[in-house]
Amino acid sequence: MSAPTVVTVGTAAWSPGRTYALEAKYEFLKLLRMPGYAIPSIAFPAMFYLLFGVMFGRGTVGGVTMPTYLIATYGAFGVIGASLFGFGVGVAVERGQGWLTLKRASPMPPLAFFVAKLVMCAIFATAVVFVLSVLGVAFGNVRMPSAVWLRLGATLVFGAIPFCALGLGLGYLVGPNAAPPIVNLIYLPMSFLSGLWIPFEILPAAVKAIAPFLPAFHLGQLALGAIGAGAGAPAWSHVTALGGFTLLGLGLALWGYRRDE
Amino acid sequence: MIAELRGVTKTYGKVAALADLTLALEAGRVTAILGPNGAGKTTAIRLLLGLTQPTKGTVALFGADPRSPAVRRRTGVMLQIAKVPDTLTVREHVHLFCSYYPSPMTVEAALAAADLTAVAGRRYGHLSGGQQQRVQFALAICGNPDLLFLDEPTVGLDVESRRGFWQQVRQLASAGRTIVLTTHYLEEADALADRVVMLSAGSMVADGAPHEIKARVAWRRIRCVTALTAAAIGAIDGVVSVRRDGSATEIATADAEGVARQLLTRDPQLSGLEVAGARLEEAFLSLTSSQAGRQTQDSRPMADVGGPR
Repeated sequence: MSAPTVVTVGTAAWSPGRTYALEAKYEFLKLLRMPGYAIPSIAFPAMFYLLFGVMFGRGTVGGVTMPTYLIATYGAFGVIGASLFGFGVGVAVERGQGWLTLKRASPMPPLAFFVAKLVMCAIFATAVVFVLSVLGVAFGNVRMPSAVWLRLGATLVFGAIPFCALGLGLGYLVGPNAAPPIVNLIYLPMSFLSGLWIPFEILPAAVKAIAPFLPAFHLGQLALGAIGAGAGAPAWSHVTALGGFTLLGLGLALWGYRRDE
Repeated sequence: MIAELRGVTKTYGKVAALADLTLALEAGRVTAILGPNGAGKTTAIRLLLGLTQPTKGTVALFGADPRSPAVRRRTGVMLQIAKVPDTLTVREHVHLFCSYYPSPMTVEAALAAADLTAVAGRRYGHLSGGQQQRVQFALAICGNPDLLFLDEPTVGLDVESRRGFWQQVRQLASAGRTIVLTTHYLEEADALADRVVMLSAGSMVADGAPHEIKARVAWRRIRCVTALTAAAIGAIDGVVSVRRDGSATEIATADAEGVARQLLTRDPQLSGLEVAGARLEEAFLSLTSSQAGRQTQDSRPMADVGGPR
Protein backbone atom coordinates (compact mmCIF):
# COMPACT_ATOMS: atom_id res chain seq x y z
CA MET A 1 0.00 0.00 0.00
CA SER A 2 1.45 3.30 -1.01
CA ALA A 3 0.80 6.31 1.14
CA PRO A 4 -2.08 8.42 -0.15
CA THR A 5 -1.45 11.72 -1.78
CA VAL A 6 -2.18 14.46 0.67
CA VAL A 7 -4.97 16.51 -0.79
CA THR A 8 -4.22 20.17 -0.62
CA VAL A 9 -7.07 22.41 0.29
CA GLY A 10 -8.15 24.91 -2.33
CA THR A 11 -10.89 25.15 -4.91
CA ALA A 12 -8.62 26.30 -7.70
CA ALA A 13 -6.57 23.11 -7.75
CA TRP A 14 -9.57 20.85 -7.98
CA SER A 15 -10.53 19.29 -11.28
CA PRO A 16 -12.76 16.35 -12.06
CA GLY A 17 -9.98 14.81 -14.16
CA ARG A 18 -8.34 13.42 -11.07
CA THR A 19 -11.63 11.87 -9.99
CA TYR A 20 -11.87 10.02 -13.31
CA ALA A 21 -8.33 8.68 -12.94
CA LEU A 22 -8.84 7.56 -9.33
CA GLU A 23 -12.25 6.08 -10.08
CA ALA A 24 -10.71 3.96 -12.85
CA LYS A 25 -7.74 2.95 -10.72
CA TYR A 26 -9.87 1.80 -7.82
CA GLU A 27 -12.40 0.10 -10.07
CA PHE A 28 -9.53 -1.93 -11.51
CA LEU A 29 -8.03 -2.72 -8.09
CA LYS A 30 -11.43 -3.67 -6.75
CA LEU A 31 -11.94 -6.29 -9.47
CA LEU A 32 -8.34 -7.46 -9.51
CA ARG A 33 -8.73 -8.40 -5.84
CA MET A 34 -12.00 -10.20 -6.50
CA PRO A 35 -10.91 -13.77 -7.28
CA GLY A 36 -14.39 -14.61 -8.59
CA TYR A 37 -13.92 -12.08 -11.37
CA ALA A 38 -10.24 -11.78 -12.17
CA ILE A 39 -9.40 -15.49 -12.36
CA PRO A 40 -12.28 -16.79 -14.54
CA SER A 41 -12.08 -13.76 -16.82
CA ILE A 42 -8.55 -14.65 -17.89
CA ALA A 43 -8.16 -18.31 -16.99
CA PHE A 44 -11.29 -19.70 -18.67
CA PRO A 45 -10.58 -18.42 -22.18
CA ALA A 46 -6.91 -19.43 -21.75
CA MET A 47 -7.82 -22.91 -20.56
CA PHE A 48 -10.37 -23.47 -23.33
CA TYR A 49 -7.94 -22.21 -25.90
CA LEU A 50 -5.17 -24.52 -24.71
CA LEU A 51 -7.55 -27.48 -24.70
CA PHE A 52 -9.46 -26.95 -27.96
CA GLY A 53 -7.13 -24.67 -29.86
CA VAL A 54 -3.71 -26.07 -29.07
CA MET A 55 -4.04 -29.69 -27.90
CA PHE A 56 -6.86 -30.85 -30.17
CA GLY A 57 -6.79 -28.10 -32.78
CA ARG A 58 -5.65 -29.80 -35.98
CA GLY A 59 -6.03 -28.83 -39.61
CA THR A 60 -7.07 -25.54 -41.14
CA VAL A 61 -10.31 -23.62 -41.22
CA GLY A 62 -11.18 -20.44 -43.09
CA GLY A 63 -7.74 -20.55 -44.68
CA VAL A 64 -5.75 -20.42 -41.42
CA THR A 65 -4.54 -23.07 -38.95
CA MET A 66 -6.96 -24.07 -36.22
CA PRO A 67 -4.88 -22.51 -33.39
CA THR A 68 -4.78 -19.24 -35.34
CA TYR A 69 -8.51 -19.26 -36.02
CA LEU A 70 -9.36 -20.02 -32.41
CA ILE A 71 -7.20 -17.19 -31.04
CA ALA A 72 -9.67 -14.81 -32.67
CA THR A 73 -12.78 -16.60 -31.43
CA TYR A 74 -11.58 -17.39 -27.90
CA GLY A 75 -10.27 -13.83 -27.77
CA ALA A 76 -13.81 -12.67 -28.52
CA PHE A 77 -15.13 -15.14 -25.93
CA GLY A 78 -12.78 -13.70 -23.29
CA VAL A 79 -13.52 -10.07 -24.09
CA ILE A 80 -17.27 -10.70 -23.99
CA GLY A 81 -16.98 -12.45 -20.62
CA ALA A 82 -14.91 -9.69 -19.03
CA SER A 83 -17.43 -7.10 -20.30
CA LEU A 84 -20.67 -8.91 -19.44
CA PHE A 85 -19.48 -9.86 -15.97
CA GLY A 86 -17.65 -6.61 -15.25
CA PHE A 87 -20.63 -4.48 -16.19
CA GLY A 88 -23.62 -6.79 -15.81
CA VAL A 89 -22.80 -8.41 -12.50
CA GLY A 90 -20.85 -5.38 -11.24
CA VAL A 91 -23.70 -2.93 -11.80
CA ALA A 92 -26.40 -5.36 -10.60
CA VAL A 93 -24.55 -5.99 -7.34
CA GLU A 94 -23.63 -2.37 -6.64
CA ARG A 95 -27.11 -1.24 -7.54
CA GLY A 96 -28.79 -3.92 -5.44
CA GLN A 97 -26.65 -3.21 -2.41
CA GLY A 98 -27.25 0.52 -2.45
CA TRP A 99 -23.66 1.45 -3.28
CA LEU A 100 -24.74 2.98 -6.58
CA THR A 101 -27.31 5.05 -4.69
CA LEU A 102 -24.63 6.46 -2.42
CA LYS A 103 -22.42 7.18 -5.43
CA ARG A 104 -25.32 8.95 -7.13
CA ALA A 105 -25.92 11.07 -4.04
CA SER A 106 -22.21 11.92 -3.87
CA PRO A 107 -20.58 14.60 -6.04
CA MET A 108 -18.95 11.94 -8.23
CA PRO A 109 -19.45 12.91 -11.89
CA PRO A 110 -21.95 10.21 -13.01
CA LEU A 111 -19.94 9.56 -16.15
CA ALA A 112 -16.84 8.73 -14.07
CA PHE A 113 -18.53 5.60 -12.76
CA PHE A 114 -19.15 4.28 -16.27
CA VAL A 115 -15.86 5.43 -17.76
CA ALA A 116 -14.04 3.67 -14.91
CA LYS A 117 -15.84 0.42 -15.64
CA LEU A 118 -15.14 0.82 -19.36
CA VAL A 119 -11.43 1.36 -18.74
CA MET A 120 -11.37 -1.65 -16.42
CA CYS A 121 -13.03 -3.81 -19.11
CA ALA A 122 -10.51 -2.60 -21.69
CA ILE A 123 -7.65 -3.56 -19.38
CA PHE A 124 -9.04 -7.03 -18.75
CA ALA A 125 -9.84 -7.45 -22.45
CA THR A 126 -6.26 -6.52 -23.33
CA ALA A 127 -4.95 -8.98 -20.76
CA VAL A 128 -7.09 -11.81 -22.16
CA VAL A 129 -5.96 -11.13 -25.73
CA PHE A 130 -2.34 -10.89 -24.63
CA VAL A 131 -2.43 -14.18 -22.70
CA LEU A 132 -4.10 -16.01 -25.62
CA SER A 133 -1.55 -14.59 -28.04
CA VAL A 134 1.37 -15.73 -25.91
CA LEU A 135 -0.16 -19.22 -25.63
CA GLY A 136 -0.81 -19.35 -29.37
CA VAL A 137 2.72 -18.33 -30.29
CA ALA A 138 4.38 -20.56 -27.71
CA PHE A 139 2.28 -23.73 -28.03
CA GLY A 140 0.14 -23.41 -31.16
CA ASN A 141 2.87 -22.27 -33.56
CA VAL A 142 0.73 -19.26 -34.50
CA ARG A 143 2.63 -16.88 -36.79
CA MET A 144 1.13 -13.63 -38.11
CA PRO A 145 2.61 -10.33 -39.32
CA SER A 146 2.67 -7.77 -36.53
CA ALA A 147 0.17 -5.56 -38.38
CA VAL A 148 -2.32 -8.45 -38.27
CA TRP A 149 -1.68 -9.03 -34.56
CA LEU A 150 -2.36 -5.34 -33.89
CA ARG A 151 -5.51 -5.35 -36.03
CA LEU A 152 -6.82 -8.40 -34.16
CA GLY A 153 -5.99 -6.91 -30.74
CA ALA A 154 -7.62 -3.58 -31.54
CA THR A 155 -10.73 -5.26 -32.97
CA LEU A 156 -11.16 -7.36 -29.85
CA VAL A 157 -10.54 -4.58 -27.33
CA PHE A 158 -12.88 -2.13 -29.09
CA GLY A 159 -15.28 -5.01 -29.53
CA ALA A 160 -15.76 -4.94 -25.75
CA ILE A 161 -17.87 -1.76 -26.04
CA PRO A 162 -21.18 -3.31 -27.20
CA PHE A 163 -20.91 -5.99 -24.54
CA CYS A 164 -20.21 -3.40 -21.86
CA ALA A 165 -23.41 -1.66 -22.98
CA LEU A 166 -25.38 -4.92 -22.95
CA GLY A 167 -23.91 -5.77 -19.55
CA LEU A 168 -24.96 -2.36 -18.26
CA GLY A 169 -28.50 -2.95 -19.51
CA LEU A 170 -28.58 -6.36 -17.81
CA GLY A 171 -27.20 -4.81 -14.63
CA TYR A 172 -30.23 -2.52 -14.49
CA LEU A 173 -32.70 -5.30 -15.26
CA VAL A 174 -31.70 -8.05 -12.84
CA GLY A 175 -31.10 -8.23 -9.11
CA PRO A 176 -27.72 -8.80 -7.47
CA ASN A 177 -28.29 -12.49 -6.71
CA ALA A 178 -29.81 -13.39 -10.06
CA ALA A 179 -27.13 -11.57 -12.05
CA PRO A 180 -24.30 -14.17 -12.10
CA PRO A 181 -26.47 -17.14 -13.17
CA ILE A 182 -28.40 -15.06 -15.70
CA VAL A 183 -25.25 -13.66 -17.25
CA ASN A 184 -23.84 -17.19 -17.49
CA LEU A 185 -27.07 -18.45 -19.06
CA ILE A 186 -26.73 -15.82 -21.75
CA TYR A 187 -22.96 -15.83 -22.13
CA LEU A 188 -22.18 -19.54 -22.50
CA PRO A 189 -24.91 -20.65 -24.96
CA MET A 190 -24.46 -17.46 -26.96
CA SER A 191 -20.73 -18.12 -27.28
CA PHE A 192 -21.30 -21.64 -28.54
CA LEU A 193 -24.08 -20.66 -30.95
CA SER A 194 -21.94 -17.82 -32.32
CA GLY A 195 -19.12 -20.16 -33.25
CA LEU A 196 -16.67 -18.93 -30.64
CA TRP A 197 -15.91 -22.42 -29.25
CA ILE A 198 -16.21 -24.52 -32.41
CA PRO A 199 -15.61 -22.82 -35.76
CA PHE A 200 -18.75 -21.42 -37.35
CA GLU A 201 -17.93 -23.29 -40.57
CA ILE A 202 -18.45 -26.70 -38.99
CA LEU A 203 -21.55 -25.85 -36.94
CA PRO A 204 -24.91 -27.42 -37.95
CA ALA A 205 -27.06 -25.43 -40.37
CA ALA A 206 -29.71 -24.70 -37.72
CA VAL A 207 -27.12 -22.98 -35.54
CA LYS A 208 -25.76 -21.06 -38.50
CA ALA A 209 -29.26 -19.67 -39.02
CA ILE A 210 -29.50 -18.41 -35.42
CA ALA A 211 -26.00 -16.97 -35.15
CA PRO A 212 -26.58 -13.66 -37.00
CA PHE A 213 -29.10 -12.66 -34.32
CA LEU A 214 -26.46 -12.90 -31.60
CA PRO A 215 -24.01 -10.07 -30.87
CA ALA A 216 -21.19 -12.51 -30.09
CA PHE A 217 -21.35 -13.85 -33.67
CA HIS A 218 -20.66 -10.40 -35.07
CA LEU A 219 -17.65 -9.76 -32.84
CA GLY A 220 -16.32 -13.24 -33.65
CA GLN A 221 -16.64 -12.53 -37.36
CA LEU A 222 -14.99 -9.12 -37.04
CA ALA A 223 -12.05 -10.71 -35.18
CA LEU A 224 -11.80 -13.46 -37.79
CA GLY A 225 -12.00 -10.83 -40.52
CA ALA A 226 -9.02 -9.09 -38.92
CA ILE A 227 -6.92 -12.22 -39.58
CA GLY A 228 -8.50 -12.93 -42.98
CA ALA A 229 -10.62 -15.88 -41.88
CA GLY A 230 -14.14 -14.44 -41.75
CA ALA A 231 -17.19 -16.23 -43.16
CA GLY A 232 -17.57 -13.64 -45.89
CA ALA A 233 -20.10 -10.97 -44.84
CA PRO A 234 -18.65 -7.45 -45.06
CA ALA A 235 -17.19 -5.91 -41.91
CA TRP A 236 -19.63 -2.98 -41.95
CA SER A 237 -22.58 -5.34 -41.54
CA HIS A 238 -21.06 -6.70 -38.33
CA VAL A 239 -20.19 -3.22 -37.09
CA THR A 240 -23.76 -2.08 -37.78
CA ALA A 241 -25.19 -5.05 -35.92
CA LEU A 242 -22.92 -4.40 -32.93
CA GLY A 243 -23.89 -0.72 -33.01
CA GLY A 244 -27.52 -1.80 -32.78
CA PHE A 245 -26.81 -4.03 -29.78
CA THR A 246 -24.91 -1.16 -28.13
CA LEU A 247 -27.98 1.07 -28.45
CA LEU A 248 -30.20 -1.71 -27.12
CA GLY A 249 -27.99 -2.10 -24.03
CA LEU A 250 -27.84 1.65 -23.39
CA GLY A 251 -31.60 1.94 -23.89
CA LEU A 252 -32.26 -0.77 -21.32
CA ALA A 253 -29.86 0.89 -18.89
CA LEU A 254 -31.51 4.28 -19.34
CA TRP A 255 -34.91 2.74 -18.76
CA GLY A 256 -33.66 1.00 -15.62
CA TYR A 257 -32.00 4.17 -14.36
CA ARG A 258 -35.25 6.11 -14.77
CA ARG A 259 -37.16 3.37 -13.03
CA ASP A 260 -34.77 3.60 -10.04
CA GLU A 261 -35.50 7.32 -9.79
CA MET B 1 -32.57 28.37 3.88
CA ILE B 2 -30.19 25.51 3.21
CA ALA B 3 -32.73 22.89 2.27
CA GLU B 4 -36.36 23.15 1.42
CA LEU B 5 -39.27 20.89 0.56
CA ARG B 6 -42.21 22.98 -0.56
CA GLY B 7 -45.65 21.41 -0.91
CA VAL B 8 -44.09 18.09 -1.77
CA THR B 9 -46.21 15.08 -2.53
CA LYS B 10 -44.60 11.82 -3.56
CA THR B 11 -46.69 8.87 -4.63
CA TYR B 12 -45.53 5.39 -5.53
CA GLY B 13 -48.30 3.92 -7.64
CA LYS B 14 -51.38 4.77 -5.59
CA VAL B 15 -49.58 4.99 -2.26
CA ALA B 16 -48.72 8.47 -1.06
CA ALA B 17 -45.37 8.30 0.76
CA LEU B 18 -45.48 12.03 1.45
CA ALA B 19 -48.54 14.26 1.30
CA ASP B 20 -48.07 17.99 0.79
CA LEU B 21 -45.03 18.31 3.04
CA THR B 22 -43.38 21.67 3.54
CA LEU B 23 -40.14 21.72 5.47
CA ALA B 24 -37.33 24.26 5.55
CA LEU B 25 -33.98 23.60 7.19
CA GLU B 26 -31.88 26.47 8.43
CA ALA B 27 -28.12 26.58 8.35
CA GLY B 28 -26.08 25.41 11.31
CA ARG B 29 -28.71 23.31 13.02
CA VAL B 30 -29.11 19.63 13.72
CA THR B 31 -32.53 18.46 12.61
CA ALA B 32 -33.80 14.99 13.40
CA ILE B 33 -36.51 13.50 11.24
CA LEU B 34 -38.43 10.91 13.21
CA GLY B 35 -41.26 8.63 12.39
CA PRO B 36 -42.38 5.01 12.40
CA ASN B 37 -41.54 2.80 9.41
CA GLY B 38 -43.49 3.98 6.41
CA ALA B 39 -43.88 7.51 7.76
CA GLY B 40 -41.97 8.97 4.82
CA LYS B 41 -38.54 9.64 6.40
CA THR B 42 -36.61 7.80 3.73
CA THR B 43 -38.66 9.36 0.96
CA ALA B 44 -37.99 12.82 2.39
CA ILE B 45 -34.24 12.14 2.47
CA ARG B 46 -34.23 10.67 -1.05
CA LEU B 47 -36.05 13.76 -2.33
CA LEU B 48 -33.63 16.12 -0.59
CA LEU B 49 -30.72 14.20 -2.11
CA GLY B 50 -32.23 14.34 -5.59
CA LEU B 51 -32.33 10.54 -5.76
CA THR B 52 -36.01 10.65 -6.55
CA GLN B 53 -38.26 13.37 -7.93
CA PRO B 54 -41.42 14.73 -6.29
CA THR B 55 -44.78 13.94 -7.84
CA LYS B 56 -45.84 17.48 -6.89
CA GLY B 57 -44.07 20.42 -5.28
CA THR B 58 -40.45 21.55 -5.33
CA VAL B 59 -37.24 20.56 -3.62
CA ALA B 60 -34.25 22.88 -3.29
CA LEU B 61 -30.83 22.58 -1.66
CA PHE B 62 -28.79 25.77 -1.36
CA GLY B 63 -31.52 27.29 -3.51
CA ALA B 64 -30.84 24.97 -6.44
CA ASP B 65 -31.77 21.56 -7.83
CA PRO B 66 -30.40 18.92 -5.44
CA ARG B 67 -29.05 17.01 -8.44
CA SER B 68 -26.76 19.80 -9.58
CA PRO B 69 -23.05 19.00 -9.18
CA ALA B 70 -22.36 22.27 -7.34
CA VAL B 71 -24.94 21.33 -4.70
CA ARG B 72 -23.62 17.81 -4.31
CA ARG B 73 -20.10 19.12 -3.74
CA ARG B 74 -21.41 20.86 -0.61
CA THR B 75 -23.24 17.78 0.66
CA GLY B 76 -22.09 14.67 2.51
CA VAL B 77 -24.25 11.57 2.78
CA MET B 78 -24.42 8.49 4.94
CA LEU B 79 -27.10 6.07 3.80
CA GLN B 80 -28.17 3.10 5.84
CA ILE B 81 -28.77 0.91 2.81
CA ALA B 82 -25.32 1.19 1.27
CA LYS B 83 -23.00 -1.80 1.17
CA VAL B 84 -19.51 -0.59 0.40
CA PRO B 85 -17.35 -2.74 -1.94
CA ASP B 86 -15.38 -5.25 0.12
CA THR B 87 -12.08 -5.42 -1.72
CA LEU B 88 -10.83 -1.85 -1.32
CA THR B 89 -9.13 -0.70 1.85
CA VAL B 90 -10.49 1.94 4.19
CA ARG B 91 -7.86 4.43 3.04
CA GLU B 92 -8.59 3.78 -0.65
CA HIS B 93 -12.31 4.37 -0.18
CA VAL B 94 -11.70 7.62 1.69
CA HIS B 95 -9.06 8.72 -0.84
CA LEU B 96 -11.52 8.30 -3.72
CA PHE B 97 -14.35 10.15 -1.98
CA CYS B 98 -12.01 13.01 -1.03
CA SER B 99 -11.31 13.46 -4.75
CA TYR B 100 -15.00 14.20 -5.38
CA TYR B 101 -14.86 17.43 -3.37
CA PRO B 102 -13.20 20.77 -4.15
CA SER B 103 -11.76 21.35 -0.66
CA PRO B 104 -11.77 18.09 1.23
CA MET B 105 -10.10 17.08 4.46
CA THR B 106 -6.81 15.29 4.04
CA VAL B 107 -7.24 11.54 3.91
CA GLU B 108 -5.45 11.15 7.24
CA ALA B 109 -7.62 13.79 8.90
CA ALA B 110 -10.80 12.11 7.68
CA LEU B 111 -9.55 8.74 8.91
CA ALA B 112 -8.70 10.22 12.29
CA ALA B 113 -12.05 12.01 12.58
CA ALA B 114 -13.88 8.72 12.08
CA ASP B 115 -11.47 6.88 14.39
CA LEU B 116 -10.21 4.64 11.58
CA THR B 117 -6.48 5.34 11.57
CA ALA B 118 -5.67 1.96 13.10
CA VAL B 119 -7.56 0.02 10.42
CA ALA B 120 -6.83 2.31 7.45
CA GLY B 121 -4.96 -0.42 5.54
CA ARG B 122 -7.61 -3.07 6.05
CA ARG B 123 -10.12 -4.07 3.39
CA TYR B 124 -13.70 -3.02 4.01
CA GLY B 125 -14.88 -6.65 3.94
CA HIS B 126 -12.59 -7.52 6.84
CA LEU B 127 -13.95 -4.86 9.20
CA SER B 128 -16.40 -5.28 12.05
CA GLY B 129 -19.91 -3.87 11.67
CA GLY B 130 -19.08 -0.84 13.80
CA GLN B 131 -15.93 -0.11 11.82
CA GLN B 132 -17.85 -0.41 8.54
CA GLN B 133 -20.36 2.10 9.87
CA ARG B 134 -17.50 4.47 10.69
CA VAL B 135 -16.13 4.13 7.14
CA GLN B 136 -19.47 5.29 5.81
CA PHE B 137 -19.35 8.17 8.24
CA ALA B 138 -15.84 9.04 7.00
CA LEU B 139 -17.11 9.03 3.39
CA ALA B 140 -19.87 11.44 4.43
CA ILE B 141 -17.61 13.95 6.21
CA CYS B 142 -14.34 13.72 4.22
CA GLY B 143 -15.39 16.42 1.73
CA ASN B 144 -15.89 19.06 4.43
CA PRO B 145 -19.56 19.38 3.41
CA ASP B 146 -21.71 22.27 4.61
CA LEU B 147 -24.70 19.96 4.77
CA LEU B 148 -24.57 16.45 6.13
CA PHE B 149 -27.27 13.77 5.79
CA LEU B 150 -27.09 10.89 8.23
CA ASP B 151 -29.69 8.19 7.62
CA GLU B 152 -29.99 5.94 10.68
CA PRO B 153 -26.30 6.41 11.45
CA THR B 154 -26.08 4.32 14.62
CA VAL B 155 -28.19 1.27 13.80
CA GLY B 156 -26.35 -1.78 15.06
CA LEU B 157 -23.76 0.09 17.08
CA ASP B 158 -23.17 -0.79 20.72
CA VAL B 159 -23.81 1.76 23.44
CA GLU B 160 -20.22 2.92 23.67
CA SER B 161 -19.78 3.39 19.91
CA ARG B 162 -23.06 5.24 19.77
CA ARG B 163 -21.93 7.69 22.45
CA GLY B 164 -18.64 8.18 20.60
CA PHE B 165 -20.54 8.84 17.40
CA TRP B 166 -22.75 11.40 19.11
CA GLN B 167 -19.61 13.17 20.27
CA GLN B 168 -18.40 13.42 16.67
CA VAL B 169 -21.75 14.72 15.45
CA ARG B 170 -21.78 17.38 18.20
CA GLN B 171 -18.31 18.50 17.13
CA LEU B 172 -19.45 18.87 13.53
CA ALA B 173 -22.50 20.77 14.69
CA SER B 174 -20.44 23.14 16.81
CA ALA B 175 -18.23 23.76 13.76
CA GLY B 176 -21.33 25.19 12.09
CA ARG B 177 -22.36 22.27 9.87
CA THR B 178 -25.99 21.72 9.05
CA ILE B 179 -26.97 18.16 9.87
CA VAL B 180 -30.07 16.21 8.94
CA LEU B 181 -30.49 13.00 10.85
CA THR B 182 -33.04 10.23 10.68
CA THR B 183 -33.16 7.79 13.50
CA HIS B 184 -35.26 5.12 15.13
CA TYR B 185 -33.64 5.89 18.44
CA LEU B 186 -35.58 8.67 20.03
CA GLU B 187 -32.96 9.19 22.64
CA GLU B 188 -30.50 9.90 19.85
CA ALA B 189 -32.72 12.68 18.53
CA ASP B 190 -33.13 13.99 22.06
CA ALA B 191 -29.36 13.97 22.59
CA LEU B 192 -28.32 15.56 19.30
CA ALA B 193 -31.07 17.56 17.68
CA ASP B 194 -31.91 21.25 18.01
CA ARG B 195 -35.05 20.53 16.14
CA VAL B 196 -37.21 17.47 15.78
CA VAL B 197 -39.57 16.91 12.86
CA MET B 198 -41.99 14.08 13.38
CA LEU B 199 -43.59 12.43 10.40
CA SER B 200 -46.47 10.04 10.44
CA ALA B 201 -48.18 8.55 7.40
CA GLY B 202 -46.53 11.06 5.09
CA SER B 203 -47.43 14.21 7.01
CA MET B 204 -45.73 16.30 9.64
CA VAL B 205 -47.26 15.80 13.10
CA ALA B 206 -44.80 17.84 15.14
CA ASP B 207 -41.97 20.27 14.60
CA GLY B 208 -39.94 21.94 17.32
CA ALA B 209 -37.11 21.69 19.81
CA PRO B 210 -37.13 18.40 21.76
CA HIS B 211 -38.21 20.13 24.98
CA GLU B 212 -41.05 21.92 23.19
CA ILE B 213 -42.35 18.68 21.81
CA LYS B 214 -42.14 16.98 25.17
CA ALA B 215 -43.97 19.89 26.78
CA ARG B 216 -46.86 19.50 24.35
CA VAL B 217 -47.60 16.11 25.70
CA ALA B 218 -49.66 15.69 28.82
CA TRP B 219 -48.41 12.16 29.36
CA ARG B 220 -46.18 11.21 32.19
CA ARG B 221 -44.05 8.24 32.93
CA ILE B 222 -44.36 6.00 35.97
CA ARG B 223 -41.45 3.79 36.90
CA CYS B 224 -41.65 1.11 39.57
CA VAL B 225 -40.70 -2.41 40.54
CA THR B 226 -43.78 -4.60 40.63
CA ALA B 227 -44.84 -8.22 40.39
CA LEU B 228 -47.86 -7.30 38.24
CA THR B 229 -47.75 -8.59 34.68
CA ALA B 230 -47.70 -6.22 31.73
CA ALA B 231 -51.16 -7.44 30.77
CA ALA B 232 -52.52 -6.73 34.23
CA ILE B 233 -51.07 -3.22 34.17
CA GLY B 234 -52.32 -2.64 30.63
CA ALA B 235 -55.84 -3.35 31.90
CA ILE B 236 -55.75 -0.37 34.28
CA ASP B 237 -57.72 2.61 33.03
CA GLY B 238 -55.58 5.33 31.47
CA VAL B 239 -52.46 3.25 30.78
CA VAL B 240 -51.08 3.93 27.32
CA SER B 241 -48.07 1.68 27.22
CA VAL B 242 -46.13 -0.71 29.44
CA ARG B 243 -42.53 -1.60 29.05
CA ARG B 244 -40.05 -3.69 31.04
CA ASP B 245 -36.68 -2.11 31.69
CA GLY B 246 -34.54 -4.61 33.59
CA SER B 247 -36.28 -5.31 36.87
CA ALA B 248 -38.31 -2.13 36.58
CA THR B 249 -41.51 -1.42 34.68
CA GLU B 250 -42.26 1.80 32.85
CA ILE B 251 -45.78 2.94 32.25
CA ALA B 252 -46.89 5.87 30.12
CA THR B 253 -50.14 7.53 31.06
CA ALA B 254 -52.01 10.82 31.03
CA ASP B 255 -53.37 10.12 34.53
CA ALA B 256 -50.28 9.43 36.62
CA GLU B 257 -51.99 9.86 40.01
CA GLY B 258 -54.92 7.60 39.19
CA VAL B 259 -52.75 4.86 37.72
CA ALA B 260 -50.27 5.03 40.63
CA ARG B 261 -53.13 4.65 43.10
CA GLN B 262 -54.40 1.59 41.23
CA LEU B 263 -50.93 0.07 41.10
CA LEU B 264 -50.44 0.44 44.84
CA THR B 265 -53.82 -1.11 45.53
CA ARG B 266 -53.17 -4.11 43.29
CA ASP B 267 -49.59 -4.71 44.37
CA PRO B 268 -48.90 -3.70 47.99
CA GLN B 269 -45.31 -4.92 47.55
CA LEU B 270 -44.66 -2.35 44.80
CA SER B 271 -41.43 -0.40 45.34
CA GLY B 272 -39.20 2.27 43.78
CA LEU B 273 -42.10 4.38 42.55
CA GLU B 274 -41.10 7.39 40.43
CA VAL B 275 -43.19 9.72 38.32
CA ALA B 276 -41.50 11.83 35.64
CA GLY B 277 -42.37 13.96 32.64
CA ALA B 278 -42.69 12.47 29.21
CA ARG B 279 -39.57 11.62 27.26
CA LEU B 280 -39.39 12.18 23.58
CA GLU B 281 -40.44 8.59 23.22
CA GLU B 282 -43.79 9.12 24.92
CA ALA B 283 -44.26 12.34 23.01
CA PHE B 284 -43.62 10.47 19.81
CA LEU B 285 -46.12 7.79 20.72
CA SER B 286 -48.78 10.23 21.66
CA LEU B 287 -48.29 12.32 18.54
CA THR B 288 -48.19 9.46 16.08
CA SER B 289 -50.71 7.10 17.61
CA SER B 290 -53.64 9.38 16.87
CA GLN B 291 -52.67 9.35 13.20
CA ALA B 292 -51.43 5.89 12.56
CA GLY B 293 -53.29 3.92 15.17
CA ARG B 294 -51.86 1.77 17.89
CA GLN B 295 -49.66 -0.36 15.67
CA THR B 296 -47.00 2.35 15.76
CA GLN B 297 -46.61 1.54 19.38
CA ASP B 298 -45.81 -2.10 18.82
CA SER B 299 -43.61 -1.69 15.78
CA ARG B 300 -41.44 1.06 17.19
CA PRO B 301 -38.01 -0.03 18.34
CA MET B 302 -37.19 0.76 21.92
CA ALA B 303 -34.42 3.11 22.84
CA ASP B 304 -31.84 0.66 24.10
CA VAL B 305 -29.78 3.10 26.08
CA GLY B 306 -32.00 4.37 28.79
CA GLY B 307 -32.45 6.35 31.93
CA PRO B 308 -34.33 9.56 32.47
CA ARG B 309 -32.59 12.59 31.19
